[in-house]
Amino acid sequence: MKILTANRLTDGEAVWFGSDQHWHETIDYAEVARDKEAEERLERLGKEAFARNAVVDVDLIDVELLGGEIRPLRLRERIRAAGPTNRTDLGKQARPRPADEGFAAGI
Amino acid sequence: MYRYDEFDHSFVQARVAQFRDQVDRRLAGEITEDQFRPLRLMNGVYLQLHAYMLRVAIPYGTLSSKQMRMLAHIARTYDKGYGHFTTRQNIQYNWPALSDMPAILADLASVEMHAIQTSGNCIRNVTADHFAGAAADEVADPRPYAEILRQWSSVHPEFSYLPRKFKIAVTGAERDRAAIQTHDIGLHLKKNEKGEFGFAVWVGGGQGRTPIIAKKIRDFLPEEHLLSYTTAIMRVYNLHGRRDNKYKARIKILVHETGTEEFARQVEAEWATLKDGALTLPEADIRAIEAYFAPPALVARPEGDESVKLARLDSRSFGEWLDQNVVTHKHPDYAAVTISLKGIGEVPGDASDAQMDAVADIAEAFGFGEIRVSHEQNLILPHVARADLKAVYDRLVEIGFATANSNLITDIIACPGLDYCALANARSISVAQDISLRFASLERQRDIGELKLKISGCINACGHHHVGHIGILGVEKKGAELYQVTLGGSGDENASIGEIIGRGFGPDEITDAIEKIVDTYLAHRRDPSEKFLDAYRRLGPAPFKEALYASEAKAA
Repeated sequence: MKILTANRLTDGEAVWFGSDQHWHETIDYAEVARDKEAEERLERLGKEAFARNAVVDVDLIDVELLGGEIRPLRLRERIRAAGPTNRTDLGKQARPRPADEGFAAGI
Repeated sequence: MYRYDEFDHSFVQARVAQFRDQVDRRLAGEITEDQFRPLRLMNGVYLQLHAYMLRVAIPYGTLSSKQMRMLAHIARTYDKGYGHFTTRQNIQYNWPALSDMPAILADLASVEMHAIQTSGNCIRNVTADHFAGAAADEVADPRPYAEILRQWSSVHPEFSYLPRKFKIAVTGAERDRAAIQTHDIGLHLKKNEKGEFGFAVWVGGGQGRTPIIAKKIRDFLPEEHLLSYTTAIMRVYNLHGRRDNKYKARIKILVHETGTEEFARQVEAEWATLKDGALTLPEADIRAIEAYFAPPALVARPEGDESVKLARLDSRSFGEWLDQNVVTHKHPDYAAVTISLKGIGEVPGDASDAQMDAVADIAEAFGFGEIRVSHEQNLILPHVARADLKAVYDRLVEIGFATANSNLITDIIACPGLDYCALANARSISVAQDISLRFASLERQRDIGELKLKISGCINACGHHHVGHIGILGVEKKGAELYQVTLGGSGDENASIGEIIGRGFGPDEITDAIEKIVDTYLAHRRDPSEKFLDAYRRLGPAPFKEALYASEAKAA
């Protein structure tokens, strides 16, 4: 299973592409690709968003579902999704959930 | 301190305006990321895991109080209230928005600072001994030469697209506190028998995935030839350095593959065409730059001895701090103070905006407004009257910066690691914090004595693990963090690369492993005067391997 992630151009904020076709600041809304076709679609959307200068550093990452929640397989991506492990007062982990409206990337 | 002249001011202002335009065009979608990336890197802007990162140059680690206050202002206004002092004597901000970068650079320019050449395949910030100008053992302050190199290398048209990044360090003392043998070029300022200044020139040192100790290619280069000879080295490298493979592109690989003797011959041949030409430094120019670095007027403060003696009797913790964090100054009434950014369990190198402001105030009140950043991620007050040491200590206690651990096991160098860095494979900070907490007892640390522990979260070695007496390298293995331990490294005048001791350790095992290594040293040292590094060099790895792995060997 894979999801599409990137960093927002203007401020570098880590974002994930949601099933509502918007980029979100939390991983929870990410659209999960469960087959090759879905992965290719996400990959294509990522390239388009990059070309439109909405996001940079676009990547498809491996995830699993744990109790219905999306969990990246790599620690790197888990830290990206939460914030620095030594500063739990910073990053996404410090924000109230789930007030995330997403931001329109023109999709 | 060096002051910008009219040229410096207009150069930096022009760069701010240029980058403002580039950022505007990028945000407007007029230029692509592929076009913009090299431009942002030339201005110190990286993209990391959570946000952009800005690396600000602190030339040869020297800061004024005014500049430190500006660093605090930037942390407060554009970031999340803190900054990270790095192993290249710079500061990094972890959370700035791209759209704020032009404003940040404009603020920096207002105090004669910038972020130029803190990234990219160019000559990076020139580093120097953090006690320069104050150290009792130096022949002269090496910073004027670092400044000459900075001016010469800034947007140098010939050397802005090198095969790879290029780092130069300068020291003015036999005791190498600037780690010159692990730099692309290391310069050791010395005097010859006639009393003239010159440099021993070392080339081809470096860490990263292929750690190599530099080779000395000249024992004494007269100071006036600094730029012509450096240019000759750069030309040989620029021409022959490998551009086909990023991992073989540093000068260390070229020197290694060419052979030191042949490389030196090529440099000499190139130098023959440059020597005594336009790059020869006029004596008057060297002395003029030197004048900027003249020490402050250090008036006699002979009451220092008595006041330090009394304060020591009064406060044990002050005495411990004196023993550990205060070093001899050229002037007998003064001392150089290390402000530890390594509080127990804290993040090595981090300082909050309030702490930065407070350090600026303390430096202004007691240290002629001068501050240094060390490559060991501490701050230095280079000129403090001994009579003022207790007052400085008391002020540092108030901001949590009086930890008496300079050069002890908790004075850990650590890169940002996987908590921030896009290149990292494993966390560094959490390992540093765990080890710091395990060895929190100052009594125990002092019993262990000098021990340089350095941690990198990937093979790029920003945490200098190769030259740690104990080095820790974080890697990713099967999706999990694993920490390799090296022993016996050193970044001083007797530089050596640490040796891998055996299989790595998981995050839950690494602190225990370090403790076993330390206990093995304590059990085997001849007496408390034999330092960890000396004991390792005498004993070799065997007793440490035995302590770490014997039980599993038996089990097998």
